[in-house]
Amino acid sequence: MGLQIGKFIAVNVLKAVLLIIAISIICFILVSASPVDPIRAYVGEVGMANMSQEALQQLNDYFGVNTPFWERYFNWFKDFIRGDMGQSLIYRQPVADVIGVKFMNSMALMLTAWVISGILGFILGIIAGMMRGKWIDKLIKGYSLLLASTPSFWLALIMLMIFAVWLGWFPIGLSVPIGIDAAEVSIFDTLRHLILPALTLSVIGVANIALHTREKVIDVMEEDYVLYARACGESNTQILKHHGLRNILLPAITLQFASFSEIFGGSVLVEQVFSYPGLGNAAVTAGLNGDVPMLLGVAVISAALVFTGNFIANILYGVIDPRIRRSMLHE
Amino acid sequence: MNDVRTIPVLQTAKKSRFSLRKKTILSLCFTASFLIIITIVGVLCSDTAVTTDFTQKNFAPSIEHLFGTDWLGRDMLARTLRGLSISIFIGLGASTVSAVIALILGTMAATLGNKVDTVITWLVDLLMGIPHLLLLILISFALGKGTFGVIVAVALSHWPGLTRVLRGEILQIKEEDYVKIAQKMGQSRCKIAIKHIFPHIFPQFIVGLILLFPHAILHEASITFLGFGLPPEQPGIGNILSESMSYLSMGMWWLAVFPGIALLITVILFDSVGSNLRKLIDPFSAQD
Repeated sequence: MGLQIGKFIAVNVLKAVLLIIAISIICFILVSASPVDPIRAYVGEVGMANMSQEALQQLNDYFGVNTPFWERYFNWFKDFIRGDMGQSLIYRQPVADVIGVKFMNSMALMLTAWVISGILGFILGIIAGMMRGKWIDKLIKGYSLLLASTPSFWLALIMLMIFAVWLGWFPIGLSVPIGIDAAEVSIFDTLRHLILPALTLSVIGVANIALHTREKVIDVMEEDYVLYARACGESNTQILKHHGLRNILLPAITLQFASFSEIFGGSVLVEQVFSYPGLGNAAVTAGLNGDVPMLLGVAVISAALVFTGNFIANILYGVIDPRIRRSMLHE
Repeated sequence: MNDVRTIPVLQTAKKSRFSLRKKTILSLCFTASFLIIITIVGVLCSDTAVTTDFTQKNFAPSIEHLFGTDWLGRDMLARTLRGLSISIFIGLGASTVSAVIALILGTMAATLGNKVDTVITWLVDLLMGIPHLLLLILISFALGKGTFGVIVAVALSHWPGLTRVLRGEILQIKEEDYVKIAQKMGQSRCKIAIKHIFPHIFPQFIVGLILLFPHAILHEASITFLGFGLPPEQPGIGNILSESMSYLSMGMWWLAVFPGIALLITVILFDSVGSNLRKLIDPFSAQD
């Protein structure tokens, strides 16, 4: 049994690694196809005009403009495995270092939003499901459906307007106050800048999980064993605690793990509005300024993040729920 | 939970002048014509949307300018409508392309045997593995940004979900007796696909296509907002909102609030067209 689970996990890891390699190839093709000239992006228009022919030639060699695609890809891949993602053109620092910092910032933001939206969405979903058809259910359902259609960057703008401009509770941008050395920023300051983006992301994230949990609660409440429990005189709360919770919790958790991709997408937009220095912000700046190594690095890292989420979701399904585990192993 | 009010059979039928079906059709017609009107008015507004009038700068919303004016004296209502119509056109084009790709790949995966199926499912997994917004950025970057970049990016990135749905649907239909009989009678795979399978998934396809609109429109606006989409001189909703950011601290709230609400309403309307259509086509979903 343990061996089989090990095999199941190993196969899944292998699949994920293959997919990530394939994704890196696709990303590489896409950025190579771009008409944006990396050298022009690196030295700028004025630099291009003032540069000698030899210096240009050197840069050409450095960026491998004339090397064939596959050779370039394998060079990049070899370096990537060793942890060297190249030199960022706009930050003038190794990409790995820049991403390291941005990654921690983004993780702080996304994890906060992920946990808050998960718990809040789950509770709201249960309330709505238990009170099916009552006004509170309609309220929660309406809220979730509305939020599902709301452009996240617009919501971020509105939040910024209300809390930062009108009420003046929070700063308008940047997670580090201007004029202060990054090292001297207190944890309090960082937190203050984290609250608004995290709040926005959580408000958006609630919708999906609440709707899903609501459906599940309604399904479970119509099962025969619930009817039996009710006949035995259990109250709604007891039924929820004894028969509902575990059935509802597992799919909710797996759904939440599988939603990394959406949270990342949301964080790109939200980070942009609040000028929060995270991965999404870095990807946008890199894309707008033709910083190819940076864009590639962020793309691969974020894909890895999404796969980790999906992977955990798969494992949770397989390892925790005995019914699914059995059917998976006997496939 | 099983109190009498929730059991459909025990209800006395409410007398209504319209049946549920008629109501659905009515609201479908209403929302669809509303969207068409927005699009047409938006196209007609294209000149007003870029006309500057420096005597009318920074006006808050009033009767004359319902959505106010911006720092160049452009009427925000006209700009918003123009932006919406651009978004709707891009959404239409891009989601149609995406849906057709999904139809072709879904059919291929379900009918051309195991190997093709594995490859296509793998492709779907692959594209779903890149965060959607990042994929849009990458494609748009590859095409050098601009209008063409967004359209292609939105068109090329929305098919995986629908492909998965259609593939599942076709796999089920393939097990039906009439398809098996057609096979036994020696009809070619191509003929079976076109004559026996397509008519069955066509409703699913149309609903899937329309439900792609809201996503396509939102993604177009998002990517334009980030600066990868429509060029800044085009009054796309994304551009309007990203421009409004520099004027937020000056208290010009109307620049951000109204265009956003208009976008939100458009998205909701498209969503309701899709789900109403589904109710009409697929009776199982009508009781939700």
